[in-house]
Amino acid sequence: MTAPGRSGLVFREPLLFESSRPGRAGVPIDDPDVPLVDVARELGADLIRDDVPDFPELGELDVVRHFTRLSQWNYGIDSGFFPLGSCTMKYNPKVNEVVARLPGLAAVHPLSDEAEVQGVLALACELEAALAEISGLDRVTLQPAAGAQGEFAGVRMIQAYHRARGDAKRTRVLIPDTAHGTNPASAALNGLEVVEVKSGADGVVHPEALARLCDASTAALMLTNPNTLGIFETHVEKLAEVVHAAGGLVYLDGANMNALLGVAKPGHMGVDVMHFNLHKTFSTPHGGGGPGSGPVAVRNALAPFLPVPVIRREGDRYLLDDEFPHSIGRVHAWYGNAGIWLRALAYIRTLGAAGLTEVTTRAALNANYVLESLRDVYDAPHARRVMHECVLTDRRQHDQGVTTADIAKRLMDYGYHPPTIYFPLVVAGALMIEPTECESQETLDGFIDAMRSIAREAETEPGLVTGAPSLPIVRRLDEVRAARKPRLRWTRSP
Amino acid sequence: MLARIGVESLDELFEAVPASLRSRAELKLPPALDERALLRFFAARAAENANVQSSASFLGGGAYHHFVPAAVDALASRGEFMTAYTPYQAEISQGTLQMIFEFQTLICQLTGLEVANASLYDGASAVAEAALMAARLTRRTRICVSAGLHPHWREVLRTYGEGVGLALETLPLDASGRTVLEGVGGDCAAVVVQSPNFLGCVEDLGAAAKAAHAVGALAIAATAEALSLALLKSPGELGFDIACGDAQSFGLPLSFGGPYAGFLAAREKHVRQLPGRLIGESVDSSGERAFVMTLTTREQHIRREKATSNICTNQGLCALRVTIWLALVGRRGIRRMAEINVALAAYARRALTRAGLRLPYSAPVFNEFVVEVPRLAAKLERCRGLGIQPGVPLERFGAEHADRLLVCTTEMTARAQIDALVRELAA
Repeated sequence: MTAPGRSGLVFREPLLFESSRPGRAGVPIDDPDVPLVDVARELGADLIRDDVPDFPELGELDVVRHFTRLSQWNYGIDSGFFPLGSCTMKYNPKVNEVVARLPGLAAVHPLSDEAEVQGVLALACELEAALAEISGLDRVTLQPAAGAQGEFAGVRMIQAYHRARGDAKRTRVLIPDTAHGTNPASAALNGLEVVEVKSGADGVVHPEALARLCDASTAALMLTNPNTLGIFETHVEKLAEVVHAAGGLVYLDGANMNALLGVAKPGHMGVDVMHFNLHKTFSTPHGGGGPGSGPVAVRNALAPFLPVPVIRREGDRYLLDDEFPHSIGRVHAWYGNAGIWLRALAYIRTLGAAGLTEVTTRAALNANYVLESLRDVYDAPHARRVMHECVLTDRRQHDQGVTTADIAKRLMDYGYHPPTIYFPLVVAGALMIEPTECESQETLDGFIDAMRSIAREAETEPGLVTGAPSLPIVRRLDEVRAARKPRLRWTRSP
Repeated sequence: MLARIGVESLDELFEAVPASLRSRAELKLPPALDERALLRFFAARAAENANVQSSASFLGGGAYHHFVPAAVDALASRGEFMTAYTPYQAEISQGTLQMIFEFQTLICQLTGLEVANASLYDGASAVAEAALMAARLTRRTRICVSAGLHPHWREVLRTYGEGVGLALETLPLDASGRTVLEGVGGDCAAVVVQSPNFLGCVEDLGAAAKAAHAVGALAIAATAEALSLALLKSPGELGFDIACGDAQSFGLPLSFGGPYAGFLAAREKHVRQLPGRLIGESVDSSGERAFVMTLTTREQHIRREKATSNICTNQGLCALRVTIWLALVGRRGIRRMAEINVALAAYARRALTRAGLRLPYSAPVFNEFVVEVPRLAAKLERCRGLGIQPGVPLERFGAEHADRLLVCTTEMTARAQIDALVRELAA
C-alpha cells in the first residue's frame, strides 16, 4: 500500500506584521450616519492613545492568502488519520457548523430577555436531558467551557457537599497515576491536596491499594474510566464502595466517554459527579486547541451545589434561575460555550440511541484491531483487551537508538498525525493510539503498514527515523532554544 | 477484523465491563434525524429567539454586536484550522502556531504589555486567573475589586478565588460612575479595575495603577469591550502589570454567550507565573524560523498539581477569528471603528437628554451608558413588540438600579434605530 504522505506545493508566509504596508486596509469602514465627534474633546485628551504602533495594514487578498497558506501548514482531521490518544479526534460533521451559524442561534445576545431566548433554552434543556441519560446521573450543567473547567466545578461541588454536611476536614483527593494532568491541577485549584494512587501491574486500580489511602480526609477519588491505557477499570464498583465507605465521593473524568456510550453508565458504577468533553465524544471541532465544552453531570444529592444560573422548566416556559443558595457560584460569564454545546446536540440528534452505541462499538473494534496488528512489532505494556484506545511503547526500538519521539516524527512523513506520546506517564515511551469509530479498515491498514514499516526502518535504517520528518514545512524544532530565550511576540527590532 | 482481534462478536470486545454494569436497555433518546430533518428541527428552535440581526439591538453589558467581515468565516472555517488540535506536534501545526504567535503580538500591541498567552475561556476566567497570578506573585490573598467590574466576572472571580482562599473587597463607584480608590488597603495582592466599566464609564486607570503600586499590589485592568483598547490609553502605558478581558468584539458571534476569547497579558518579568499556553519563536534543525509551544513547565500536562492553572484546551479557534478580524480591520480601521462607536453613543446620549431623560453618571463613556427611564418595565414590553432590544435593564444587578437601562451603540447601530429608541423610551 502506498502511504498517503506526499509533499505538495506550500508557500512561505511571513508574519502579518512583516507583510504590513502603510495605508492598506482589508475592509472599508464607512463613516456613520451621525456626525463624527472629536474624541479628545468627548472623552478627555488624557484618556486617548496614539494609534496602535506596528498594527497590521493589509489588503483583503493579503489576509486571505496569509491564513490560507498558514492553514496549509496544519494537519487536521479533515486532512488525514489523527489517532491522538485521549483526544478522540473523530470526524466533525459539517452540518453541525451550519446549525451553529443559524442567525437565530449565532446572533442571540446572552442578556436578551428570557422570553426572547426560549428556543435556545429549550435546546439546552434537551441536551442536558440527553447527557443525564447517557451518564446515568440526574442533573447537568452546560456552563463549564472545557473539561478542565468542568473538573474544577465538579470538585468544587464535592467540597460544597461535604461542607454542607458539616464535614469540613476532607482535604485530599485521590488520583490514579494514569490520570490526565488536569485532574491534579483542578484539585489544587480548589485548595485540595493530591494523593497519587498507584495502579497495579495489570494497568488498573485495585480496591486494596485504594483502601489503604482512604480515610476521613478523603474528599474524592478522581477516576478516568476507561483509564488512559484504554483499559476499563474492572474494579470500579468496588472502588466506589471503598471511597463511599470512607465518606468520600467519586468523580469521573469523562474524557474517554467514547468507550461507554450505550454500553455502560457512570451513574451505575457509583460515580457521583462527572464531566463530559463535548469536543471529544460529541464531535465538536477541536479548533487547534479549543473551544471545548465541559458539561458536568451530578447525582441529585449534589444538585443544590450546581453553578448558577440553572436552566429550569416551569410549565411551557424555560427560566435561567439564579436563586440557588447553596450553589458554588458562577464558573463562566454566561451559560458556557453555547455555540459548541449546540453542535453536540446536533450530533446526538443525528445519531440517536442506536447510532451512539455503534460509535462506541466501532471505536473499540478499531482500537483493538490496531493493537492486535502491531503487538508483534511494538511492545504493549499490558496483555489485556482495550476499549477505545491502546498504548504501545518504543521499548524494542529503543535498543536500536529510536525513540517514541522519532517514531512520531517519522509518521508525519508517511502522512499520519502521530499518536499522543509519552503519556500516560506510567508507561515509558508511550504511544497512545485512539483511532475513533470514524475510520475505515483501509485507513487503519494504511496506518498499521506505516507503523510496521517504521519498525523495520528502526532496524535497518534508523537514520531515516531519527532524522524525520522531512515532508512538513519545517524540520524538527529546537524546543530548548525557544524556552531558554523566549521570544513570545513580534517586535520591530528583535 | 474480529478474527485478527481474536473475538467472535463485537460484544466480546466489552468483556472487561462487568455484566452488572452493562446497559441492557437502549439509551432513551429522541429518534435520529437525517440532515434535512435536523436543520428543520434547529431552524424551528432558532426562530423562537430574538436575534441582533433582526432586531434593533442596544444590548451590550459584556457581549457586543460588531461587524464581522465575510472573510473571517471563510478563513476560520478551513478544516485544517478547525479540525486540528493543540499544536503538540509543531512540525505539522505551524499554521496554528504562527497564528497564535500573531494573536499574542496583537494582544500585546493593544494592551501595551509584553507577554500575552494563547487565550483563556472568557473574560471572566481571565480576571480570575489574573487575580490568582497576582496572589502567587505577591504572596498575598486580598483582592480589591472595583464595583464596576462586570457582575458575572466578579462572581466567577469569587468562585475561583475561594478555592485558594482569596478574599474580595469591593471598591465602590462614586457619583460620576468611577471607582473610589481610597479603600485600597496595605496588604492586598491586586487592584482590579474594569474600563470602560460595567456601567460604561471610562475609568481613571492611571490613578488606579498608582493606588495599587503605592501598597505593593499589582494593578489588573479588565476590558469587556476590547474595541475600546484601540482608542483609550493602554493598560501598559498607564502602568498596569496585568491586562485581561474578552476579545469577543473582534469577530466572535454573540452565540448566546460563547465561545468567546479570554485574553491575559502581563509584564515579561512575570511570565513564569502566567497561566495557559504560550507560543514562542525558535528554529528548526535546518535553521528556518518556526514556532513552538514553550515554557510548558508552567502547565498541567507537565507540572500537574504544581501548574500555574488547570487550563488545557483553551479557545484556539476563537483566537484565530480574532487574529483574522484584526488583520482585516487593521490599524486605521480599528481606530475609525472605535471613533464611530464613540460618535453613536454621543449622539444617543444627546438625543436621550434632549428628550428629557436623565443620564445618572457624568464620567466619559465609550459605546455604552446608563439612562434612567421612568416606568421602564412597561417600555421594555412595548419595545419588544416593536423589534427593539432597548438595552440591559440593570435592576437584576441590584435594586439601586431600578428603572435604569444600560444602552449600547456600535457601528452596527443606525441613526434611525437610535431615534426610534429615544421615541419609545421618552414616550
